[in-house]
Amino acid sequence: MNDFFATYGFLMVSMVLGAVLGLSLYLPLMAGQLSLASPGFYALGGYIAAILSTQVFQVEGNYPLSLLLLEMIAAGLVCGLLGVGVGVPALRLRGIYLAIATIAFVEVLRVLALNLEITGGAVGIFGIPQPFQSAIEYLWIALPLLFASMAFVYRLEKIRVGRALIAIREDELAADSMGINPTYYKVLAFTLGAILAGVVGAISAHFINTWNARQGTFDASIIYLTFVLIGGSRTFAGAVLGGMIFTALPEILRAVADVPSLPLWLSQFFRDGRLIIFGFLIVMGTIFFPQGLVTPGLLKKLRRGG
Amino acid sequence: MNHSTLLNVQQLSVNYGGIQALQAIDLTIETGEVVTLIGANGAGKSTTLRAISRIVPIRQGKIIYHDREITRQRPHEVVEMGIAHSPEGRRVLARQTVLDNLELGAYCRRDRLGIKSDIEQQFLLFPRLAERRSQLAGTLSGGEQQMLAIARALMSRPQLLLLDEPSLGLAPAIVREIFAIIQNLRSTGVTILLVEQNANLALQIADRGYVLDAGCITLSGLAADLLNDDRIRQAYLG
Repeated sequence: MNDFFATYGFLMVSMVLGAVLGLSLYLPLMAGQLSLASPGFYALGGYIAAILSTQVFQVEGNYPLSLLLLEMIAAGLVCGLLGVGVGVPALRLRGIYLAIATIAFVEVLRVLALNLEITGGAVGIFGIPQPFQSAIEYLWIALPLLFASMAFVYRLEKIRVGRALIAIREDELAADSMGINPTYYKVLAFTLGAILAGVVGAISAHFINTWNARQGTFDASIIYLTFVLIGGSRTFAGAVLGGMIFTALPEILRAVADVPSLPLWLSQFFRDGRLIIFGFLIVMGTIFFPQGLVTPGLLKKLRRGG
Repeated sequence: MNHSTLLNVQQLSVNYGGIQALQAIDLTIETGEVVTLIGANGAGKSTTLRAISRIVPIRQGKIIYHDREITRQRPHEVVEMGIAHSPEGRRVLARQTVLDNLELGAYCRRDRLGIKSDIEQQFLLFPRLAERRSQLAGTLSGGEQQMLAIARALMSRPQLLLLDEPSLGLAPAIVREIFAIIQNLRSTGVTILLVEQNANLALQIADRGYVLDAGCITLSGLAADLLNDDRIRQAYLG
């Protein structure tokens, strides 16, 4: 059993964090807004944690959990404020234009991180202190975060705010004429997504141990997009499952690549063709499963059957 | 200004890009009236309603509601002030149930009990909706969707109801049913501004009417007089 956790601990925590990132993309989608800004907030949250833990707190020995929680709160706050600041102008755009603007935002953050001194430039920040002895123990933080955010989103869908988001997703003009202020709710959903991504970033910085400008790039935008597009964009369960499966997929592909009888080019493809495979899945998914694999109808069927 | 004036539109102009959709129109509605705005396709009827509910930007002019200028108000603020808009093409939320649509119509209200009793009120007014309360709105017939659109607008307890083309694309029998309901609405005290292409029908249930042509009001008066006006007969009644 210990062997198992030693081998797969890293993957399991990554999957849980991936699921939370899926939720961070799902939140703006609840209001019908396709935002790819999550990697940017994820990177920012990571830098906040990395800078705080290596330059501000400077603790000897085991890193206290309370400080990690403090970093998570700080990352959430900063990302939330930036989320409002970016969301107000960006959400005037719709559809594909919003997606492009948020990709640009991610790029701006990346270039800043590459060139600022405090972020360690191209080298980044390494030796981020560890609050835990092994990777698997990060589940103590990651799992409660996942359950809390799932409970939050589940609840959100039931209350007034969630109904407003759904109304905006279905028909913004109708929402307008029903007395719903679309701008307010779109910025709210966008900001909640930003906070969530920032908090995950703060955990990841410790978890990965180093943080640099390669975290949260355009590649990540595309991968997060698969989380919700293939997992399901109409239920949060889809985003969570998508996040888990597609975080694990590269590892599974690596395992497949190691099968000895495979021709060399194919195993090479499984190892390095991750983005090609993800891109292919997005195209196939949008054609054959426009609502993703987990749809509200599927959930209803499962509930009735079980 | 007369005290019973509910809505006063003065010199209202609206542009879409470079095209002038409304050119300095004037319009007043007294409390309790049913006023209709008739005219050909593209004359600016829907634009007038959208300007009043503040969905489109206003270029010039003033809209005064209850002695208060609402020209710079946001759409959701206007709904809270008591103006409900049942938009053109119904725009019910197809993936939500009838009940959900009605509840969303009461979004600006927080009195749960009042909302509940108002939903029952809508079901009395539109019995067809009561039978279909847990059905998805997208599965309703066109006439039922139109009824839902009107009921949803009523859920905000408006003093002024803006109805955009309630007869659009519906069979004559359904249109008569809907117009009978609109006529019944007057007894509940709601004031109605009705936009219609079916000028004959609209003028039959309205007190007064305005004729809109290429963004200008060309004629206005009592509905009965307009019905007998030769110019109107030739242009719109056939």
